[in-house]
Amino acid sequence: MKNEGRILLGLGLFFLIMFGFYWPLSHEQSGSTMMFFAVLLGFLPGGYYYWWSRRMKPRPEDSDDADMAESAGFIDSFPGSSIFPFTLGMGAWMSVMAMIFGIWLAIPALSLIVWALLGATAEARRGGHR
Amino acid sequence: MDSTPQPPQGSPSRSRRPRRLAALIALPLTALLLSGCTVPSFGAKKSDTVTGRSTYQLWQGFSIAAAVIGGFVILLIVIAVIRFRAKGATIPRQSQYHLPLEIAYTIIPIVMVFVLFGYTVVVENKVVAEPATPYQVSINAFQWGWKFSYPGTNALIVGHTTQNPMMLIPVGVPVHYTLTSTDANHGFYVRDFNFSRLAIPGIKNEFSFQAIDTGTFNGQCTELCGLYHSLMYFRVKVVTLPEFLAWEKKFDTPAGAAAAQAANLVVEQETSSIIPTKPTGTTGTKI
Amino acid sequence: MSEHVDTLTHDDHASHEHHGATGILNWLTTTDHKIIGMSYTITSVIMMLIGGALAEVIRIQLTTPTGSLVTFSQYNQLFTMHGSVMIYLFAGPFAFGALANIIVPLQIGAPDMAFPRLNALSYWLYLTGSLTMLAGFFTTGGAANFGWVGYAPMTDSVNAPGVGTDLWIGALLLTGFSAIFTGVNLVATIYYLRAPGMTLFRMPIFTWNLLVTAILILLAFPVLTAGLIMLFCDRHFGTHIYTVVGGGSPVLWQNIFWFWGHPEVYILALPFFGMVTEIIPVFSRKPVFGYKGMIFATLSIAALSLGVWAHHMFTTGVVLLPFFSIMSLLIAVPTGIKIFNWIGTMWGGQIWFSTAMLMSIGFVITFLIGGLTGIYLASPPLDFFTHDTYFVVAHFHSVVMALVLGAMAGLYYWAPKMTGYLLDERLGKIQFWLLFIGTQVFTFPQYIVGLNGMPRRMALYPNNPEWQTLNVWSSIGALMIGISTLVFAINCFYSWKRTPAGDNPWDAHTLEWFTTSPPPHHNYYRLPKIRSERPTWDYNHPDKPALVHGHNHDGESS
Repeated sequence: MKNEGRILLGLGLFFLIMFGFYWPLSHEQSGSTMMFFAVLLGFLPGGYYYWWSRRMKPRPEDSDDADMAESAGFIDSFPGSSIFPFTLGMGAWMSVMAMIFGIWLAIPALSLIVWALLGATAEARRGGHR
Repeated sequence: MDSTPQPPQGSPSRSRRPRRLAALIALPLTALLLSGCTVPSFGAKKSDTVTGRSTYQLWQGFSIAAAVIGGFVILLIVIAVIRFRAKGATIPRQSQYHLPLEIAYTIIPIVMVFVLFGYTVVVENKVVAEPATPYQVSINAFQWGWKFSYPGTNALIVGHTTQNPMMLIPVGVPVHYTLTSTDANHGFYVRDFNFSRLAIPGIKNEFSFQAIDTGTFNGQCTELCGLYHSLMYFRVKVVTLPEFLAWEKKFDTPAGAAAAQAANLVVEQETSSIIPTKPTGTTGTKI
Repeated sequence: MSEHVDTLTHDDHASHEHHGATGILNWLTTTDHKIIGMSYTITSVIMMLIGGALAEVIRIQLTTPTGSLVTFSQYNQLFTMHGSVMIYLFAGPFAFGALANIIVPLQIGAPDMAFPRLNALSYWLYLTGSLTMLAGFFTTGGAANFGWVGYAPMTDSVNAPGVGTDLWIGALLLTGFSAIFTGVNLVATIYYLRAPGMTLFRMPIFTWNLLVTAILILLAFPVLTAGLIMLFCDRHFGTHIYTVVGGGSPVLWQNIFWFWGHPEVYILALPFFGMVTEIIPVFSRKPVFGYKGMIFATLSIAALSLGVWAHHMFTTGVVLLPFFSIMSLLIAVPTGIKIFNWIGTMWGGQIWFSTAMLMSIGFVITFLIGGLTGIYLASPPLDFFTHDTYFVVAHFHSVVMALVLGAMAGLYYWAPKMTGYLLDERLGKIQFWLLFIGTQVFTFPQYIVGLNGMPRRMALYPNNPEWQTLNVWSSIGALMIGISTLVFAINCFYSWKRTPAGDNPWDAHTLEWFTTSPPPHHNYYRLPKIRSERPTWDYNHPDKPALVHGHNHDGESS
């Protein structure tokens, strides 16, 4: 897990150095802002991974000589199938259509989205489809 | 002439072949460098402005570097493809790393990049320099035409699509330009000056160049600006300084101004047959 | 359904074979990364055909100086939609949605993507986004007509009043979110679902590149989405973010767009780099040369790519020229490392010229040409005189046609894993030569005509009839590329269920070739020990491990 964190921290550090050059040289606001947030996008998750990696048990996927048996057992639940991504996708699509063709389309759009969110949550609590 | 960076050398550990290869590349290169002006143009034009010629030389330098590197890499690929095609079911040696070689082809390109960057900065500083000069042109781009006015004088030329304007500038002296746009983004581009600059609403772009020879050159809008973007031409006519000053004087009388205006509009024969009337709307015209 | 990852004795896995809905309902409800990946593949290849058809119309229009095939307005729509379809709907989704979706979980020994439902949602957003963008053609004002970059103020409500523009914005919002979700999914999958022993520095380069691509997506795409929302507000809610009259700035859009747009170039390119890096070692029967150098190069390309956006804006006159120049030039270094590593992989190998390998070599050469001409454009003075001319068009078409070659390489290489059947090699080779030669015939005249001064996005060139010959050559090249695509389509139908591939037809290196073709529902019945970046090779050739430090420790017979 340490290396995963280091990648993001490294990218964040690189953007920080670039920001350190770019802002004083140019005083250009939009690019500097975007680069500053790129720094955060490197540091926040990277820092979290790194912090967490020092507190967790070493994972078999990070060890050089792990066997398959080491990760045997329940790792997560994967749904076999689910209609809710489609429902949510159609809801998102209709909300974009509502932006363009008229706000009334937001009614079916929101219904689809709410249905999908409720359904997917219930499905996840059941531990996957079927 | 620009110096050219060294081509990437082969592995230091392998001796004969790469050195012969390097000699093979270095020989015509030095020949090129020694003969100076016979360096090929690589498709670009020598340009009619002082800074444009610097750009042209930079172009030649970059082209030589690109040709050498590209040739070298393609040669390596061809050699690899011919020499190492499968000759049976044997499994070759599973070598994976060669640290000196890898370091070499990291360091050499970095050095080359900084050499190219050095020349870039030198030329760039020449191109963006704005020497003080009494000769000013302010260029205004609009959909779909150009307005050239000369601050401090009455000279003014406006034209669009079917009747495009011709900008007059004096030869041998630096001329300072300000470039603005009233509506959309436009691109001020003169191929023979090796130069272009965008005209963006709300931004006043300034630049300057000095023409070397007299003549008439084509210019064109390069940034997409809507329906008749393809027809937004202009011309640049470079004349001697006395001619230029005399021409500016013509605009001091209304009659002279009208005549000079008309003389500086180029009726686009081809274009006129495509859009017979003055373009106004944004609907599609059959072309 | 719960998933267990363990060794070979996992017999209740077979009973986990998915016996759900079939037909259209299966497609609508699936969360299997392989089916979603296939949907992505098919949709994006169809988008490529549509974008290609638009390109052919453009090329026919340009064969004469005063072509009259389309109107000015139609021409603007054509090149806008050609660029948009190719970049937003083909290259991107194909790169990080199609093959990535199928191959990445397989390569790291995962049962599925980390968030299967999110993965399905990504696809639905992509599909609806694509249809939304194409729907612009059927509106009264026509499709978007301001170039795929959508520079302000051409996108404002005065210059682009039509619904087509809103559809374009909406489509980009949808596909943008799709890309962000895919990015989240890829990062989570690669960080959390690797098989035991699959450490980060044993992952195949393709997976590595997809990891870096996904991080780039997360850095870049939100910027575009934000920019598009602001654009939508400008058009409909009276804000003045990109308009001068209200105190806004059109250059802001260029900054935002290219802050997304340049990383996007590498979001498109890195997956294809990865594919080629998988294919060249397999068909040279050697490990990839300089594995760690490859990863280092990928990471540096990604890092640098966020600091170069304004090299697209050199001629605006408001950017810091030397900073962006040196950053852009520096990208040549890691890219060069990659090219030398590919050659190093071939060097000393036993190269088998399958279609996938030919496509990969074609990719390297074409990308080299595109990369070298890119070096010119990184130099501001040279950019000044080539900006917005066909030189730039030719440059990025060399690059993206290289990516198409890479995409084809990936399809020929992984088709057995995706479908269980090999694509026909003879037709593949015909396609390769048409595509490769066609690409060069297509781009080289464009370089020359660009240097002769032809600006891009020109419906006609009445004042310069001397450009016609070069344009005709370019169109011939485009036609060859078109025919090569038809050959590919024919090959897909011809090879359908013809030659069963077997699990590992190429004697390949990575984990995906260890399972069946196509893989079972949750991918693996068993996994080998993972002790290097080539687990399948190590399993099949236990006596031929990769040499650690080149030829000095030569302990084996050739």
